[in-house]
Amino acid sequence: MSTIATLDALRAKREEILARQKARQNKVLINVSLATCSIAAGGKVAMEAMQDEVALNGLTNVEFMQSGCMTFCFAEPTVEITLPGKDPVVFGGVDEAKARELVTEYVMKGEPVEGIIPVTYQRVVL
Amino acid sequence: MAATTQIKQLRIATRNCGFIDPESLDDYIAQRGYEALAKVLTMTPAEVVEVIKTAGLRGRGGGGFPTGVKWGIALSNKADQKYMVCNADEGDPGAFMDRAVLEGDPHSIVEAMAIGGYAIGATLGAVYIRAEYPLAIKRLRKAIDDARAMGLLGKNIFGSGFDFDIEIKYGAGAFVCGEETALIRSMEGHRGEPVSKPPFPAQSGYWKKPTIVNNVETFANVPAIILKGADWFSSIGTATSKGTKVFALAGKIVNVGLIEVPMGTSLREVIFDIGGGCPDGKEFKAVQTGGPSGGALAHKDLDVAIDYESLIARKSMMGSGGMVVMDEDDCMVSVAKFFLDFTMDETCGKCTPCRIGSKRLFEILDKITKGHGTQADLSRMKTLCESIKDTALCGLGQTMPNPILSTMDTFANEYEAHVTQKKCPAHVCTAMLTYTIDPAKCTGCTLCTKVCPVECISGTKKQPHVIDASKCIKCGACYDKCKFDSVIKL
Repeated sequence: MSTIATLDALRAKREEILARQKARQNKVLINVSLATCSIAAGGKVAMEAMQDEVALNGLTNVEFMQSGCMTFCFAEPTVEITLPGKDPVVFGGVDEAKARELVTEYVMKGEPVEGIIPVTYQRVVL
Repeated sequence: MAATTQIKQLRIATRNCGFIDPESLDDYIAQRGYEALAKVLTMTPAEVVEVIKTAGLRGRGGGGFPTGVKWGIALSNKADQKYMVCNADEGDPGAFMDRAVLEGDPHSIVEAMAIGGYAIGATLGAVYIRAEYPLAIKRLRKAIDDARAMGLLGKNIFGSGFDFDIEIKYGAGAFVCGEETALIRSMEGHRGEPVSKPPFPAQSGYWKKPTIVNNVETFANVPAIILKGADWFSSIGTATSKGTKVFALAGKIVNVGLIEVPMGTSLREVIFDIGGGCPDGKEFKAVQTGGPSGGALAHKDLDVAIDYESLIARKSMMGSGGMVVMDEDDCMVSVAKFFLDFTMDETCGKCTPCRIGSKRLFEILDKITKGHGTQADLSRMKTLCESIKDTALCGLGQTMPNPILSTMDTFANEYEAHVTQKKCPAHVCTAMLTYTIDPAKCTGCTLCTKVCPVECISGTKKQPHVIDASKCIKCGACYDKCKFDSVIKL
């Protein structure tokens, strides 16, 4: 792995990463909050259930990622799903049943599922 | 509904938490990660310090000391070695924002520490983190390793000639080690006990070298300030407190969680608009800010614009940002007792006012909650609080009386009721509580007799029942079971 020795190299690296991320845009991105507390609340169970449901249905356009705290303790486990061309939506209270429902209803059919957490913040993007 | 959907939160310190994979350096770079460090390395250290000063960033660990000023002192102190330390010894009950940032965006801390290191002339950094945060440690360690592998830590960063590396130091979970001098002692392998200041760590700290200790959340703001500019940051917040503050909303509140709001947001907006108020339709009573070092704010304070000064003016403090919400069912004397129990356990014992004072304060509070308190106890407690504030060695002792002083001030009537009428208005202190049955409401369903563990409820079926107060152990089982609200707490 080559090191990043200049600002230009860092910017080039960033462009390369952004291009790679952009290539993912036609995929469904499932982001599961996995901080200590989210894991304790069942975040890993939700992730595994969704991965299982994705496999059961033979879906190939779904990518999973983990992230840290999504700040919604009251609604853990929380999962953010981004359908291609749509805004990300965060769902709360994702137990195993809800996790599977999210895959079969929201991911596969785009049908709304209960438990949407509205965006109540502005995020500073650097 | 309209109120709850309004955008009241602004995420700067938690900008990446929940949005990026904390174990991916690429994800961080995609968010312009390490660009702030690259930019800083083209500036002089004095210019970097000036940016942080102009931004008005103040310590997010509690004290609120201007970060740029602190860095400036370390910069002006010449030494062969200086240290940049990140205080991740998060210990306030109900506060978890530092863990959230470390678990959600560890690279921002690594980058900010390197920026700080360059600004003060330090080549070594250390994160002091409690060992009971294993996931935060794992992700932080990976971030440090990945950054080092990419040349973003180590020798000659960005070809600038600046060297910086970070090591992790584990704490054993002693609350006092969040105090910077105790933290440094602990890092050196000594008992975690504070020492008197001056000299300040910026003059003589870790191994007697100039050392800056900043909190996790303070660091998390730094890359954003560097990239977006000091003027942008100082345009957010109040006259004296710039930027945002992360709060951990806990206790009797609907939307328990982390929030980040501009300084100057009112308590009402935080508790009701963002927090959603108290659950089960209960009435909001108070919120403890600043953890065991802070105080309780009540109804009268709801429109206070939250910043460092306004909280201090109300005998509380910002602290690390814990907000424990209490509703009508909470007894403020018991709340103060809870916090004193905590500080009594956590005092390091080095200085007498803190070690013995906390014990005596706890004993008086215990006496009051058991119904044996007197007026003399109240005045004795107040005097003792003042003496401890004046004489304790470190911040832990100096702020330990705050929960008592603030509740005695705001909820004086509750203390009065405990000592004069021997009543706990919130019906929490069981020693002063009697359960009775309202004969008008009792249907004689006999449910209460079946759950009473000491069989002190008698009566015939379909006739009002009676509780024998002399036998009642006040467990509350009948109260919880009764479907007709006929069991009353007096």
